[in-house]
Amino acid sequence: MSSKAVRTGAHFMSGDEACAEGGMAAGCSFFAGYPITPATEVAERMSIRLPQVGGVYIQMEDEIASMAAIIGASCAGAKAMTSTSGPGFSLMMENIGLAAMMEVPCVVVNIQRGGPSTGLPTLVGQQDVMQCRWGSHGDYEVIALSPESPQEAFELTIEAFNLSEKYRTPVVLLSDEVVGHMTEKVIIPDSKKIKTLSRKLPKKKPENFIPYAHEEDDVPPMAIAGEGYHVHATGLTHDELGYPAINADAQERLVQRLIRKIRNHAEEIIRTEDAFLDDAEIIVVSYGCSARAAREVVETARASGMKIGMIRLITLWPFCEKKIAELAALERVKKFVVCEINAGQIAYEVERCAGGKAETILAGFMGGRIFTPEELYRVVREAAE
Amino acid sequence: MKIRFIDAEAPPASRILENLAAGHGDHPLDRYLKKGRIPHIWCSGCGNGILLTAFVKAMEKGNFDTKKTVVVSGIGCIGRAAGYLDLDTYHTTHGRAIPFATGLKLANPKLNVVVISGDGDLFAIGGNHFIHAARRNVDITLICSNNFNYGMTGGQGGPTTPLESKTTTTPYGCSEHPFNLVYLAKASGAVYVARWTALHTHELRDSIIHSVNKPGFCFVEAITPCPTAHGRRNKLGDGLSMMKSYRDNSVLTTELDPEDTAIGLKGKIAVGEFVNIDKPTFMDMYDECAICRANAPKKSKKS
Repeated sequence: MSSKAVRTGAHFMSGDEACAEGGMAAGCSFFAGYPITPATEVAERMSIRLPQVGGVYIQMEDEIASMAAIIGASCAGAKAMTSTSGPGFSLMMENIGLAAMMEVPCVVVNIQRGGPSTGLPTLVGQQDVMQCRWGSHGDYEVIALSPESPQEAFELTIEAFNLSEKYRTPVVLLSDEVVGHMTEKVIIPDSKKIKTLSRKLPKKKPENFIPYAHEEDDVPPMAIAGEGYHVHATGLTHDELGYPAINADAQERLVQRLIRKIRNHAEEIIRTEDAFLDDAEIIVVSYGCSARAAREVVETARASGMKIGMIRLITLWPFCEKKIAELAALERVKKFVVCEINAGQIAYEVERCAGGKAETILAGFMGGRIFTPEELYRVVREAAE
Repeated sequence: MKIRFIDAEAPPASRILENLAAGHGDHPLDRYLKKGRIPHIWCSGCGNGILLTAFVKAMEKGNFDTKKTVVVSGIGCIGRAAGYLDLDTYHTTHGRAIPFATGLKLANPKLNVVVISGDGDLFAIGGNHFIHAARRNVDITLICSNNFNYGMTGGQGGPTTPLESKTTTTPYGCSEHPFNLVYLAKASGAVYVARWTALHTHELRDSIIHSVNKPGFCFVEAITPCPTAHGRRNKLGDGLSMMKSYRDNSVLTTELDPEDTAIGLKGKIAVGEFVNIDKPTFMDMYDECAICRANAPKKSKKS
């Protein structure tokens, strides 16, 4: 069934627009953003779509305010998102930390462009991977997803909302300019076939409710503003009641739990797409737009008899450490070739997890365009020699 | 890598609730405060306690719906005020209370959203958010405790520090022109602008009630003494002397142009209600311009 929020059918749509439609299908009712190339189309689409379902679109004064606004909206019970690119992502870091600390579900879309600084506003990069992981100060875990097509941008935006609601944490859809601006067929399924999740709400009465009580899954139920729970949420280290507690004990309990709630569920969160791993000696690791070129190279090399396989990362964070470590431990696996548009970000993770048992080669590229399959094929050939 | 964190066990829920039940005094206004949160962190002689009391009395006299009233604060001494109130309260990052409050209000227009924060938080790091929320006429109330310096970090100069004032970062006297918050609020589009000093307790209370009930962006500035930092360095006396001097030097006016209400280190302080106009709020205009034209059901307005 099609509805105002879910435009069931086959569409010809850009990755940015598909991302906005994914948000709509996930139940997003609040968007705050600031124009920035190459993410503006997400905001533009939301400015058309949200009023149609009675939702709120607001263009804020900057990305700092956009991030703060979506956290506020989520505290009021809305599913909320923003979209941006590199420079705006830098500005959002402060309040991404706040969302992690207050445990407020929200979705941040980063359509990556080439950096550093203003860099290449209209051209691609994949250089924000580590910033996404470590960008806000302090220890926290993030979830980040990377789509390789408009279809997947639609699907993973829904997934981003579901994960953020499930784990009460900000989730980043770490897309890139190529996927954001490419236009392809996007199939939006029947609204009944779209799985959406909402945060756990308190079952206890306000007088017995402890907002940050330790639950089995480390994710406490979230009280919404205006429901009579009179919760306090703060960016300060806080105790189970949410009250500021500036001491080592409270810090230990809180931060360990924030980390645990993602790390302990990493295997449920992590998704990869694997090809030809059964006999592979060389494994290409890639994600986002780069994976499209990488796939062609792997298929070509396979056809010519090379024992090559591929892992496409759908989840960038948490990283699939176990998978890499297990593959590296196999006698036959000799090399990982990490294909990404940066000077080495996921490559460091692969190398760390391989632990010296297999070599890691970075097929790196500073951005502005994607690899040609020929360029990447040369790196793979060298690796095979 | 093998990870071994230091053991950290949470206290059982029963003990948390037990401690909480024990944490309330007998004062009749205590029912407006969260259990277990007093004593507050403020120095003796600070004006923030008076401002918090004015807010609590506004809740009482104005009969605020405690279920639907939400307080958001930023960072600084007064930023802690949010956490003392028995409401849904949010203590956000430095300067970001206003956009956070904007999100809350727009996502649920039935909430009464109040920001309580300081001059440094709202007008230095958060200055851009202030002018834009006022411009949009987001239906929130802003209460600023203006103590002319950064008290929590030990008394540095800020955007409201008067010329010639000594602070830890203006040891020879402040050489920057300060903001006149009343003038700034009016110019930015606020529909209600009032200024009082800490001892104008009833006026503060009534301005807060008026602001919470009035649709649109309302601004209440409270001149509060910071005897520990600002007062001491400028030889302004103890907290009570400062409060008295602010009150004695205040001039109640409705006629003064907001442009002429700047505050110096010493001298007169114009107090009163400077702006009280009606203008469609952000949500009124959004309903009219976006929601209606997109053929969607109307979002409920402030009740």
